[in-house]
Amino acid sequence: MTDTTAQPKSRRESLWLKVGAPLAIGIVVLVAWETMVRVKEIPWYILPGPLAIGEAMIRDWHMLWPSLVNTLQVTALALIVAVLGGFSLAVLFASARWIELSLFPYAVILQVTPIVAIAPLIIVYVDNLTMALLICAWIVAFFPILSNTTIGLNSADHNLLDLMRLYGAKRWQVLWFIRVPGALPFFLGGLRISGGLALIGAIVAEFVAGGAGSGSGLAFRILEASYRLEIPRMYASLFLISGAGIVIFLAFTALNHLLLRRWHESAIKREG
Amino acid sequence: MPPLVTLSGVAKRFPNGTLAVDRVDLAIEAGSFVSLLGPSGCGKSTILRMIAGLIEPSTGRIDWPGLPEATRAGGHPELGFVFQEPTLMPWASVAENIRLPLRVSGASKAEADTRVDEAIRMVGLEGFAKSFPRELSGGMKMRVSIARALVTRPKVLLMDEPFAALDEITRFKLNNDLLALWQQHKWTVVFVTHSVFESVYLSNRILVMSARPGRIVEDIAIDAPYPRDDRFRVSDAYGDLCRDVSRSLHQAIAA
Repeated sequence: MTDTTAQPKSRRESLWLKVGAPLAIGIVVLVAWETMVRVKEIPWYILPGPLAIGEAMIRDWHMLWPSLVNTLQVTALALIVAVLGGFSLAVLFASARWIELSLFPYAVILQVTPIVAIAPLIIVYVDNLTMALLICAWIVAFFPILSNTTIGLNSADHNLLDLMRLYGAKRWQVLWFIRVPGALPFFLGGLRISGGLALIGAIVAEFVAGGAGSGSGLAFRILEASYRLEIPRMYASLFLISGAGIVIFLAFTALNHLLLRRWHESAIKREG
Repeated sequence: MPPLVTLSGVAKRFPNGTLAVDRVDLAIEAGSFVSLLGPSGCGKSTILRMIAGLIEPSTGRIDWPGLPEATRAGGHPELGFVFQEPTLMPWASVAENIRLPLRVSGASKAEADTRVDEAIRMVGLEGFAKSFPRELSGGMKMRVSIARALVTRPKVLLMDEPFAALDEITRFKLNNDLLALWQQHKWTVVFVTHSVFESVYLSNRILVMSARPGRIVEDIAIDAPYPRDDRFRVSDAYGDLCRDVSRSLHQAIAA
C-alpha cells in the first residue's frame, strides 16, 4: 500500500501472465505441429496440420455450425434442468435430514455409474432423440450442483441461525435470508463443474446414439467424418467442442466473479 | 415494580452429561447493567442463552414479570443479542445487515429505513451504510453487530463477551459508547465477560460465577456513580473496586 506505483505494474504483470503465457504456449505448439507435419511430410489423412484443420473448419462451416448449435442447445437445456433440479433437491435435503439420508445414496449411484453405460438404455427407452440426449447430459450435470448446494445450505453460521430463532424467523425466512445467500459460492462452484459436464454428457450420448443421431450434434459429425476418413473435419469438430467448453467455463467464472467480488474470499484480490 | 426477568432454580445439563449451570436463582431489575463474570467454561454464556430462549433450562424456570403478557409469546422482539463474533452476513452491506431483524418481523420499508438510519447514527457508523463487512475493522464490525441488536428498539440487550476479541484501545472506546447509549436509553443490559476491569467499569451489579458446575457465588453492587468516563478508569475508587472483585473471582475459581 505504501508504494502506489507498484500496484498497477503488478496488475499488468498478472494480466500478461494470465493471458499472454498460455497464448504463447498455444502458438508455439501450433507452429511446431505445422512444421513437423510439413517437414516429415505426414499425409493429411493421418495427421493434418493446423492450417488444413482451419481450412476444413471454413469449408465445412455450413454443416459444423448447425451441429454446434444443436449440441449447445442440448447442453444449455440440460444445465438449466440440472440447476433447477439440483437446487430444489438441495433445498429439500437441507430442510429435512431424513429426505437427504434416504435420497442421497441414489444420487451418488447415478453419479458414479458411467454415463456411457447408461446412455444405450436411455436411448432404447426414450423415442425422442433430443430428449434422450438431454437426459444423459442432465444425469452428469446435476450431481455437482446438488452436492455443492447441499453443503452450502448446511454451512450457515450457527450464530446467525440462533439470531434468526431469537427473532422468531420462519423457516422460509431462514432459508431465503441466510442459507441461500451463504450457499451461493458453493452453488457457483458446482455450476462451473456442471457446465463442462453437461457438454461432455451431451457429446457422449450422441456418440452412443451413433447413426441414429443423423443430422444432430458435433459428436455425430466426428463419427460421420471418421467413416469417410475426413480427418481434418474430425479435428475441426473436436476444436469446436473444446472451444465451447472453454467458453462455458469462462462465462461461469465471470458470473462467479461478478456475484462474489464484493464479499467472498475466493473472488477478492489480495493486496501486497 | 416487579423485576424484569427472574431465574428460579435454573440448571442446565447438556446431552453429553455435563452439568453446565446449577441452581441459579436470580432477579434482574429493569434498567440495570448486570455483568456475569467468571472463568471460561463457567456457564455464563449458557445462562445468557437461556435468558435469550435459545436453549431451554433442564430444570427450573425463567419468567418475565416485567414484560407485558403479549410480547412474551413467540419470538422475542424485546431482546437484542450480541455475540462474541460480529456474526454478520458477509454478502450484505452494513445497512442490510442491520435491517435483518426488521425484514424478519416484516416492518414496512419506510419504517425500516428510518430505524436503520437511527441505529447507524447511534453506533457512529455514518457514511458506512453501503460498505461490506470485510471492508471494516474488527471494532466497526462489532458496532454493526450492536446496531443490528438495537434496531428493534429492544428493552433488554444481551451481550456475550462482545469485546473480547478487540484490542484494548478499541475496547475502551466501545465501552464508553455503550455506557453512553445505555444511560440515554435505559435498557437493561446483561453482559457476559471474563474481564474484571471491564465488568467493574460498565456495570452496577456483578454476578461472580464459579465453574463446574456454573453457579453464581457472589452478587456485588458497584455503586460508583454514572456517567463513568476515562477519569473513572484511572481513579482510586475504580482500583479498589477492581481489587475487591478480583479477590471474589479468585475465591470463586479456588472453591
